Amino acid sequence: MLTIKRVPTVVSNYQEEGSTEPIGCGRNCLGKCCLHVSKLPLYGFSSNPNSPKSDVFLSQILLAQWEERMERGLFRYDVTACETKVIPGPQGFIAQLNEGRHLKKRPTEFRVDRVLQPFDPAKFNFTKVGQEEVLFQFENGDAVNNSYFLERAAVDPTKAPNVVAINVSPIEYGHVLLIPRVLDCYPQRIDQESLLLALYMAAEASNPYFRLGYNSLGAFATINHLHFQAYYLNVQFPVEKAMTEMITLAGQSGVSENGVKVSKLVNYPVRGIVFTEGKSMNDLAEVVANACICLQENNIPFNVLISDCGRRIYLFPQCYAEKQALGEVSQELLDTQVNPAVWEISGHIVLKRRTDYEEASEASAWRLLAEVSLSEERFEEVKAYIFDATGLVEIKDEVKKDEEKEEQFEGNVVEPMVTPCFQEGCLVLQ
Amino acid sequence: MDTSRSDSDPFRLSLTSRYSDWVLEALEELSDCFLITDPAISGHPIVFASQSFLSMSGYSKSEILGRNPRLFQGPETDRGSVSQIREAVRTRQSVQVNLVNYRKDGTPHQVLFHMSPVFVEEDGSVLHFFAIQVPIVRRPGTQHGACSKGLLRGCRDEVRKGCDAHAQKVFDNVCNRVSEEGETCMAGELERERALNASNSIISALNRYNNFTGLVVSTKQCCGPRTIPAFSSCLNLSLGGINKSFVLSDPHLPGMPIVYASDAFLSLTGYSRCEVLGRNSKFLNGPGTCSKALQEINKSISAEKSCTLRLLNYRKDGSSFWNLFHISPVRNATGKIAYYIGVILDEASKGELNGISPEMLQFGTVGAVKVAVRSLSFSSSGPSWSSNSR
Repeated sequence: MLTIKRVPTVVSNYQEEGSTEPIGCGRNCLGKCCLHVSKLPLYGFSSNPNSPKSDVFLSQILLAQWEERMERGLFRYDVTACETKVIPGPQGFIAQLNEGRHLKKRPTEFRVDRVLQPFDPAKFNFTKVGQEEVLFQFENGDAVNNSYFLERAAVDPTKAPNVVAINVSPIEYGHVLLIPRVLDCYPQRIDQESLLLALYMAAEASNPYFRLGYNSLGAFATINHLHFQAYYLNVQFPVEKAMTEMITLAGQSGVSENGVKVSKLVNYPVRGIVFTEGKSMNDLAEVVANACICLQENNIPFNVLISDCGRRIYLFPQCYAEKQALGEVSQELLDTQVNPAVWEISGHIVLKRRTDYEEASEASAWRLLAEVSLSEERFEEVKAYIFDATGLVEIKDEVKKDEEKEEQFEGNVVEPMVTPCFQEGCLVLQ
Repeated sequence: MDTSRSDSDPFRLSLTSRYSDWVLEALEELSDCFLITDPAISGHPIVFASQSFLSMSGYSKSEILGRNPRLFQGPETDRGSVSQIREAVRTRQSVQVNLVNYRKDGTPHQVLFHMSPVFVEEDGSVLHFFAIQVPIVRRPGTQHGACSKGLLRGCRDEVRKGCDAHAQKVFDNVCNRVSEEGETCMAGELERERALNASNSIISALNRYNNFTGLVVSTKQCCGPRTIPAFSSCLNLSLGGINKSFVLSDPHLPGMPIVYASDAFLSLTGYSRCEVLGRNSKFLNGPGTCSKALQEINKSISAEKSCTLRLLNYRKDGSSFWNLFHISPVRNATGKIAYYIGVILDEASKGELNGISPEMLQFGTVGAVKVAVRSLSFSSSGPSWSSNSR
């Protein structure tokens, strides 16, 4: 069994190290005891892509509720008091100095060699969270035509609600957790329905600066209870600016049967696959979920970034934790205590020591993230598993290789999608 | 957003109040297809559309004034290009991209989209953005090669600083790439030249007749990002979309003056923007304002804390209203307090909106402003990168 020692991030005020069973209820928690007799705010989203979206969800509800919880003092620190900067350089990594995120000194042992582990009700999970940490339920409101919000609504007794809760150790303003079907106590594993819910939330925010992310066990998830994270940062992530190269599939126009386009990241320290388009959000969720399930079943830890209002999904298989457990990571990197989860991989790096923050450079950030990435060979292997599992077939470019020999101006016409990046921030999004 | 506004005065004013009374006539003389938008108005709407644009798009003036230009996008519009445009607005830069726009009748067409901010040369603040659309003419090509989607890489800094020779060459090659059908699907030399000519014409038109006011505008920002006027211009852009009544005051300046006031605040209180900027918000107080409440507010500011209370305030016309007031420190990316936000809610106008209580709406405003101010320093133009196309 491979383990590493880490100081876990406390995401809920109820997640005390070494706590015993909850002291009986009347605590207004999220367990079966309390939830079904409580009233929580309810946001009903519309899954119809044509229904009008505005900033109501994001700024008037999510941020409003978040600010109100700040007033109530529910967060461990004021994240807006954390210095943040964009590191100079073409990638534009974002570094934050956050000394408060890991105040707990005592590290815990985390098992990092199994991506799928059964749910353990004795360990901390989200049913133990107090209701004041919940911002609202997030349900499909298709019965009513457009999205709606109710400040107090009874929890539907026939099914487990999806809840959005605060992360008491936020990485940015508005950092929340999306917990699908909280009462059903799913372990941390992706399935199509929960991924689709996350996409709906990204779409509902209708703001490309509001992203959702997922960390599998072994890729720095600390709680084995299904959850996504989300927050709002008003600047592009470096990974969103990175070039991509389309992987031509055997299908019309090189995309999958249900219209999903698959690309891979180029010129970015972490190797990853990008899924976009698709005939519907459901189709995109299906392909990505199948890819994740394949990784889960092959015990490959991974992170997922949901970007561009749910239209663009990045999948990063990673191996940092395993390297750490095997003692293959340099002490210099270990000393920074950075846990490269989805936000770090996307280019938003939280640093705990002032020296690391002051000296942060594009080169040091790149070095750190490069450790997280699978090697080229391993990545190609994993990519092959994924394609196999999702029924995608890649077309190898024999035709293109012939043309490469001919003289072309700049020689770039034949590799149609890979072109030099001109300057800072010059996007080449496929 | 209103669908049709027969009264176009706020949009005329957006231009005539900044430039000259004859600016509209000068703009109408131009034969290019372009739009002008005002980022200081909530929703960043169109305030001017050239005749040529209207004929090309099939819309009438009243159908598009006041609306955001995203209405011309549609299913085939490349999200990457839209993303570039959005980033350019946010960072106040010029951008040139290939874009698929849709006419009123729903037909898509390709344009070279060239957008520039209009900077006041003296202080670097942004007054407007203009967006030129040059229709792309399909020409039979001579080169073979695969190009499955017509995508043009936008070159913001190229356009802003003048193209570096190498980058220009690469840009040319990208532009001249041909589609599978053997026709050019991208903007070529001709379109780009037309865009630059149009850009110069628009700036000339905006500067004409300004001898009286001495205002000079251009597409280049001359002022550094550290000067206060440029900062407040950034603020205008990020905060323009928040349509609640609030002000931002700067505690580092003597007298803690207001440096930003939302449109909603101005309509609620009856003051104009220039009557309010630079003054401390105590002008809202009057004979009936409880001094204890004022002390409470001062205590909170000294303690760097937020507070909510109810006090009697006065409009410009002397009428009073009960203000459900919330004040909170707002930090920027350095983590230090940059401003205090004061959210003003007229108790009499209380009512729910979208199922959200007024108190929650206030918190929402604070949240949105905190996010905007925190990311402000990300958007001020950083050091200009030297061409690193390799």
